[in-house]
This record gives sequence, structure tokens and C-alpha cells, in this order.
Amino acid sequence: MDLLTWTYLLVGLSFALYIGIAFWTRAGSTEEFYVAGGGVSPLANGLATAADWMSAASFMSMAGIISFSGYDGSVYLMGWTGGYVLLALLLAPYLRKFGKFTVPDFVGDRYYSNKARVVAVICTLFISFTYVAGQMRGVGIVFSRYLELPIEWGVVIGMAIVFFYAVLGGMKGITYTQVAQYCVLIFAYMVPAIFISMQLTGNPIPQLGLGGDIAEGVPLLDKLDGILGDLGFGEYTTGRKGTMDVFMITLALMVGTAGLPHVIVRFFTVPRVRDARLSAGYALVFIAILYTTAPAVAAFGIYNTILSTSEKPIAELPTWVRNWQQTNLIQIEDKNGDGKVQYLPDPNTNELRIDKDIMVLASPEIASLPNWVVGLVAAGAMAAALSTAAGLLLVISTSVSRDLFKTFRPDISDKKELRIARLAAGGAVLLAGYFGINPPGFVAEVVAFAFGLAASSFFPVILLGIFSTRINKEGAIAGMLTGLTFTISYISYFKFVAPELNTAAHWWWGISPEGIGSLGMALNFLVCFGISYLTPPPPKKVQQLIQEIRIPKGAGKAADH
Amino acid sequence: MSPSPSKMEQYWKKNLQTLAILLFIWFIVSFGFGILWVEELNTIRIGGFKLGFWFAQQGSIYAFVILIFCYVIRMNKLDKEFNVNED
Repeated sequence: MDLLTWTYLLVGLSFALYIGIAFWTRAGSTEEFYVAGGGVSPLANGLATAADWMSAASFMSMAGIISFSGYDGSVYLMGWTGGYVLLALLLAPYLRKFGKFTVPDFVGDRYYSNKARVVAVICTLFISFTYVAGQMRGVGIVFSRYLELPIEWGVVIGMAIVFFYAVLGGMKGITYTQVAQYCVLIFAYMVPAIFISMQLTGNPIPQLGLGGDIAEGVPLLDKLDGILGDLGFGEYTTGRKGTMDVFMITLALMVGTAGLPHVIVRFFTVPRVRDARLSAGYALVFIAILYTTAPAVAAFGIYNTILSTSEKPIAELPTWVRNWQQTNLIQIEDKNGDGKVQYLPDPNTNELRIDKDIMVLASPEIASLPNWVVGLVAAGAMAAALSTAAGLLLVISTSVSRDLFKTFRPDISDKKELRIARLAAGGAVLLAGYFGINPPGFVAEVVAFAFGLAASSFFPVILLGIFSTRINKEGAIAGMLTGLTFTISYISYFKFVAPELNTAAHWWWGISPEGIGSLGMALNFLVCFGISYLTPPPPKKVQQLIQEIRIPKGAGKAADH
Repeated sequence: MSPSPSKMEQYWKKNLQTLAILLFIWFIVSFGFGILWVEELNTIRIGGFKLGFWFAQQGSIYAFVILIFCYVIRMNKLDKEFNVNED
């Protein structure tokens, strides 16, 4: 069978599977819609969390980013996994014990204030919408690359699928679909990686292959350092970013990860506190499988790309290079007219432009794997994008129906609330689809926003809400607003107001906008403490609540008590 | 039956101790070995890896996984010891 048929077949089959699962597990009550009835096993929740967390960016772009930045790419690897340690140790078990449905629920109750709740809802909506627009775009791109459809049609089809299973299935449907999506995406990621590792280093385990020797008996990473050095790029294994910046970006990503509402909410779906701890462990295992493979895919990819293009006659380039030239993901321009490709750091003489997504998307062809593997990678990329989109849409709809509607109209019936949740999910899908088709020019930039905001708003307030009985509503609200305002101002200034100044020389203490969330978080902590100790302590009832969430006993199901 | 306040305080203190130890290791393997002392560690080699680079792109992630499971085991034990476990 040819490539296109395989791709249609595998993508179609995976879609049928997701819809089937969603139909079988559709939600019948608000509890099932919000937290899957609270009866998800730790293993299933771990798988679902991993799929929820790993987005189109993790699947398609991360390896490529590492390919081109070498050591500096480590910020994503450490940042997006280290956050799970914080989540497992500091947040998940206690939030599970607290036992409601959303992050604003916790903020509102712990800080006995609807103002605090509304600030939390605004953060949640902003973070989730930022994220989901990128996912829809990802779905559209996969469709257009593999299925030769226009991006718009890809987005519309993706919307229809997500609409179907997020709106119908709620959290329950999403959870079991995500389990299936994890299996699809990890299989699709590993197969080409294992084959390429074997071809290059003789070791079938990519994590070991990365440290293995290539055919000439030289370690791959040393060879790569040498090749890149000769071409005038920096060494692959040493950094170009300042240590301070690497430190702050890693911290912001870790803390941001732990504060992302669509990740936190997954831990409300397990039956007990100890299940929440355990499922965070499982989730990180499943995430780590991809995240430790990614740096191998990155190094193999850049090595193969340079080897098959640099100083090679344009007429004799391998087929995969020519295939991807048609999609413009690889662009070659013979600037000096010598008939060969020069890959150089200077944009004026460089003749080869490679999109970062190529390292994963072209990997089956680079390894000369059969056509079905290409179709599999397409289905995997789609699974990564759809699973994350669905998780985010659910958080959005829950925020609207529960945190906004129910808070101010507490007497609405369960049935009506469920209808509002479904309507909100539907509305969110349409809005996300609109942004997928007409992406605001700054989608890439706003990702820094999402993590920066989660780090500087939620994390300190939730953490202190659990570990301190003295922090009160005045402190929390002032802290969140300070963290938010500071982070938004810093990022906006360098990204939108004065992008020409966005260089290390102008940053405060060499901290880039990607890492500023760490400083925002520190400010939030300071203000939160300061204001709290100047104002009266929280009421007795709240102090009791804190004591209660600190011990696992008597968690019960997540409920509307 | 809920545990007595003094028992509860003890439980919480032991929990905080566990967290302090685990988070210290969390900081050392990532921010320490992977970022702050990466150059010094890069002079040591393990197979085809420079050690600092290995920690930044592989080792820290393995350590994170191990840390969470240590936490799970330790807390389950602690919960039982203080009779605050579920079921």
C-alpha cells in the first residue's frame, strides 16, 4: 500500500477507537463529567495524565528544538519532568484530599473568598485557551502534511472529533480515550527511534544509543561536537545560554508544570490520596519514556541531517530530503552556486533551512522504515494533540459551569449544570478552532505566558494554602495579582512592546521572558507572606480545613460537599 | 476516630522531613548536576556521555522517577504507622 493509504487507514482507525471508547464511557452526571466519578485506577490515571500532558509540541517539536540547541534544550527536558516531583510531593495528595473538582474550587474555599476564586478562574481560562489554540493548530498541521488536506479542514475535522468525545464523554470519556492515545503516541514515537538507534550505534535502546559509538568507533556525541564545531556552530554538549537564564527557565517550567490546571485536575479522578501519589509516579514513568528518548532522537536527527546534506551535491540528495522539500519543511537555496549544500551558522551564507518538526516527522524515512510507520507517526502526532486539547477543553468548560455559574447560582440542578458544562465545552471547541484556523501571530510567544502565569499565580498560593495555616485571603489575592502583573508586564514588554530589546543585555539579571515566571513566583511568595502577617489570620473553620487535608484518612470521593 | 493533635503534629513533622530530603535530592540532580556544576562534571566521562550533559538530558529524569516512588513508599509506611491510612 502507498503512504497516503496507510496514513488514512491508521489515522482513521485511531479515530474510530477514540470515538468508540468515548461512546462507551460517556458521562451521565456532573461528577462523571468533572472527575470521571472519582473511580479511575492509579495506572489508568498515570497513562491519561501522560497523554494529557504530552502535547503536539512534546511529540513533534521538542526533539527538533534540542537538535538545534543541544545542551540548552535540557531546560525543557528537566523542566517538563521535574515539575511532577513538585506535583507529587507538594500538591496532588493534598488537593485530592480536599476533594473537589477544580483548582479555583480550592483557591476559593481555602481563601474563603469569591474574589480569589474569580482571579483563579481568569488565570485558568487564560492558560488553557493559550494552550488549546496551539493544539488545534497542531492537529491542522498534521492533517495538511500527511493527508494533503488544507490546514483549515484539518482543524475542522479535529474540532469535530474533540467535540464529540469531550462534550459527550466529559472527564470519564476523556480519561479512557487518553489511555488509548498514550499507547498510540508512545508506540509511534519509539518505533523509529529504536530503528535509528540500531542503525547508527548498534544499540536498540535509544537512551543508551545516545551515549554509544558510531561505526568509526567514536562516541556519537563527540562526533557531533566535532562536526558542529567545524561548521562554526557551538559544541552540541555545551550551552550557549547564560547559567542564570538556564536555571530560571528550568525553574519556571517545573513550577509552571506543577501549577497547570489541566494536569492538577487529573489527580481529582482517583479514589484515594495514596492513589494520587502513586499515579503521579506512574505518570512520570510514562512521560519519562518519551522524554529520555527525545534527546536521542534529537542527536540522531541532526547527525543524520548534516551527514546527508552538508557539502553534498544538490542533485544527489537522499529521497527523504526531496520529499520534505515539497512541504517546505526543508528549504535549500544554492546561494554561492557551487551545486552543493552548505549548512552554516551565518544566515547570509547558510543554504539549508530545516523546520524543527522534521526530526520526528521525517524519522521513519531517514531510517528507511516501511510506509506504515510513517502513517503511525501521523496517528501518534494526532493522538498527542487531541488528548491535550480534550483535557484543556474540559478544564475550560468546568471553570465556566462550575466556578462561574454554580458559585453565583448555587441552586441550579445537577442536570442543568451538566448541560451548561456541555454547552461551555462546545463553545470552547468553536473558539479554539477559530484560533486554530486564524492563529494570532504570537502563538509561540504566549506559551511562555502559560507557564509563567501558572508559576507566578497558582503555584505559590496553592502551596502556601496547604503548608501554612497563617496565609489569609488578603495575602493570597495580593500575591496572585502581584505575580501575574509582574510576569505579564515583563513578557509583554519584551515580546510585544519592544521586541528589538529582547536580548540578554537588556534582561534583568540575564533572565529571559521564558524564565521570568520564577521571579514572579518569588514576588508572589514575598507579597503573600508580607500581607498575610499584617492582616488577621484566616478563620477557625479554614484552619480546620487545612489540618484535615494534611492527613489522608477519610478522603472519600471527590464531591460537592 | 481522628488522631490526637500531638500525634498529628508528629506525623506532619515527619512528612516535612521526608519532603526536605527528597526535594534536596531533586534540586541537586537537576539544578546542581545539570546546570550549576555541569562544566565541572563534563570533565568526567561515562561511556560516550559527558557526565554533566548526561545528568541534564537523562540522569535527572531517572532520578525524578525514583524520587516519586521513594515518596510513595515512605508515605504509605508513615500513614500506616500513624494510623491515618485509608481503608
